[in-house]
Amino acid sequence: MKKNVWSSVVMVVLVFSLILAGCGGNSANNGNTGNTTPTPDATNEGTGAEGSTDDGDTIKVGILHSLSGTMAISEVSVKDAELMAINEINAAGGVLGKQIEVVIEDGASDWPTFAEKARKLLQQDQVATVFGGWTSASRKAMLPVFEELNGLLWYPVQYEGLESSPNIFYTGATTNQQIVPAVEWLLENRGKKFFLLGSDYVFPRTANKIIKAQLEASGGETVAEEYTPLGHTDYSTVISKIKEAKPDVVFNTLNGDSNVAFFKQLKDAGISADDLTTLSVSVAEEEIRGIGTDVLEGHLAAWNYYQTTDTPENEKFVAAYKAAYGEDRVTADPIEAGYIAVYLWAAAVEKAGTTDVDKVREAADGIEFNAPEGKVTIDGETQHIYKKVLIGEVQADGMFKTLHSTEEPVKPDPYLKGYEWASGLAEQ
Amino acid sequence: MEVQLLQLFNGISVSSILLLIALGLAITFGLMNVINMAHGEFIMIGAYSTYVTQLFFTSNIPADYFGYYFVLAILVSFAVAFIFGFVLEISLIRFLYGRPLDSLLATWGVGLVLQQLARSIFGAPNVAVQAPAWLNGGLEVMDGIILPYKRLFIIALVAVVLLAMYLFIYRSNAGRRMRAVMQNREMAACLGISTRRVDSMTFAIGSGIAGIAGCAITLLGSIGPSLGTYYIVDAFMVVVLGGVGKLIGSVFGALGIGVTGTFFEYWTNASIGKVLVFIVIIAFLQWKPKGLVTMRTRSLD
Repeated sequence: MKKNVWSSVVMVVLVFSLILAGCGGNSANNGNTGNTTPTPDATNEGTGAEGSTDDGDTIKVGILHSLSGTMAISEVSVKDAELMAINEINAAGGVLGKQIEVVIEDGASDWPTFAEKARKLLQQDQVATVFGGWTSASRKAMLPVFEELNGLLWYPVQYEGLESSPNIFYTGATTNQQIVPAVEWLLENRGKKFFLLGSDYVFPRTANKIIKAQLEASGGETVAEEYTPLGHTDYSTVISKIKEAKPDVVFNTLNGDSNVAFFKQLKDAGISADDLTTLSVSVAEEEIRGIGTDVLEGHLAAWNYYQTTDTPENEKFVAAYKAAYGEDRVTADPIEAGYIAVYLWAAAVEKAGTTDVDKVREAADGIEFNAPEGKVTIDGETQHIYKKVLIGEVQADGMFKTLHSTEEPVKPDPYLKGYEWASGLAEQ
Repeated sequence: MEVQLLQLFNGISVSSILLLIALGLAITFGLMNVINMAHGEFIMIGAYSTYVTQLFFTSNIPADYFGYYFVLAILVSFAVAFIFGFVLEISLIRFLYGRPLDSLLATWGVGLVLQQLARSIFGAPNVAVQAPAWLNGGLEVMDGIILPYKRLFIIALVAVVLLAMYLFIYRSNAGRRMRAVMQNREMAACLGISTRRVDSMTFAIGSGIAGIAGCAITLLGSIGPSLGTYYIVDAFMVVVLGGVGKLIGSVFGALGIGVTGTFFEYWTNASIGKVLVFIVIIAFLQWKPKGLVTMRTRSLD
């Protein structure tokens, strides 16, 4: 009898451990188009948030980020920046003469929870718009809810492209504003042999599919493609493979905590930034603090904004952020994207003269804003924004030195229609 | 050939890390049969203790001595995790002996609480621990093969911890009492051993060793509130494969998983490698459900 109990106990432990590991593993920065997109519940149709409440003296908006669970590591700072923007707008008189009232919900790093909370914000709180999401999985989970209830979501993180929902505005970069120009720059400046390293889920796999097509078209070479599970902690074998393949460039789409392990162990293996170029798309100022600058110095990253970006708006933004949340906090690309999302929404509402979703969407086309990263413009067709592309090198103080910047903000092209080699990627 | 040698070293290194994170669990789960899902969080506590020790050194101690902080951090990590384990045992675990499913759920909840506690105290983002200078770099044994000092250090640390545990459990009076209680609680109690005290000390020691593991892990990986969740599965795997109840089993379990896992990963890739390791483990447990090293006692039947 007792034996049976024990064997079942062992099984239960293993199952639980795996569930836990699943949670841990999801600390993906971006991407992760999970299989968890829930079908929106068909009842409640039509009680939507269109024309959301303008009653009273306030306009309600929702903020929906993971404030607990593994994604809290990244999303809490974005929430802080969005709150700061709302406070600033309120201090300056609000939107349409009304104060903005915030309803904060916790997505808890769990994709169905994101969908459920989005529904709650739209139906119960009747918010005018929602700022939120980080992983593509959370976005994909919320998307059907926003489309069904005709809500409005502002999504602040770079992602894998190939999407353009009429109910979402994307203030982070799409692939042609980050990955594609980064590969171009590397081919020109660092070499042709690419080693693609990523976490094993949709964002890196989609990104690498695009990179491979691009390399093939422009004379580069993919020497190897490696994926590790999310939350992988030991990179000694991957580093052996890198040593064997002798690439010019490691294009790193690892996500979350795996970056820490990879870079620490890369340094221990005696490989520094002088020996090997790595370019990351998910390592920003905030991550650098957690990895350690001594480990990361000299490595590259591609973003649209750095804390060191030299604009008067950014000086003000960084000072205000540090004043609000502490001198030791740093700003980074997604934090800035969350911040400008609030301002862009407010500008669109002012222009439309109402918070009605359809009218705001129409009014948003062409809105310009002097963001910390420089001037950004909403592209009405794709609902993404024009952004400059920056390649930066990590300095000893944990900040980036910009090595390369596009002259003008790049037009968003989520489906990569402007690139011949990319034809066919979207259908797959 | 060189790569194969390097991979062998990598395999042993991975095994040493696995063993270190599993040793504490080998005591709390293996010897005491408490399914401690908060084990990963004790590792996390150890890692944050190292971080705090580092902060203390950078602000209070002359920079010349900074290199020694890590030695102190190992002791601090052990002590802090020990205290947390002790408090957890007397406040919760002792009510749950013999109720494995309840303790599974309760400790999982404790784990979540500890994670959120860390998030509230240290903030959600990862923190960085700077390795002391004497652990940077590596030993170049031949051309192209560099053995990082950190990994050599962890292998040595595991050896020391194992030796200390062996001496404690098999050569000291306290260890003898501990074994007596684990083997036959009633008889030990009849002979005048305070089983309550032995229980809480044993659990605290297991937790403390998890703290040491957390300290060592700061050299290789991330330090964040959810760091424990990355290691908990591996820790249980090692103990279950090695055989519940025998410390030496965990050594073989860790070596088996670490070395085969590293080579599978080298031949395929990290995801497939992990799947293959799991398949081998499951197949093995079908054949020998009690793991590599079977304990012959009456208490488990």
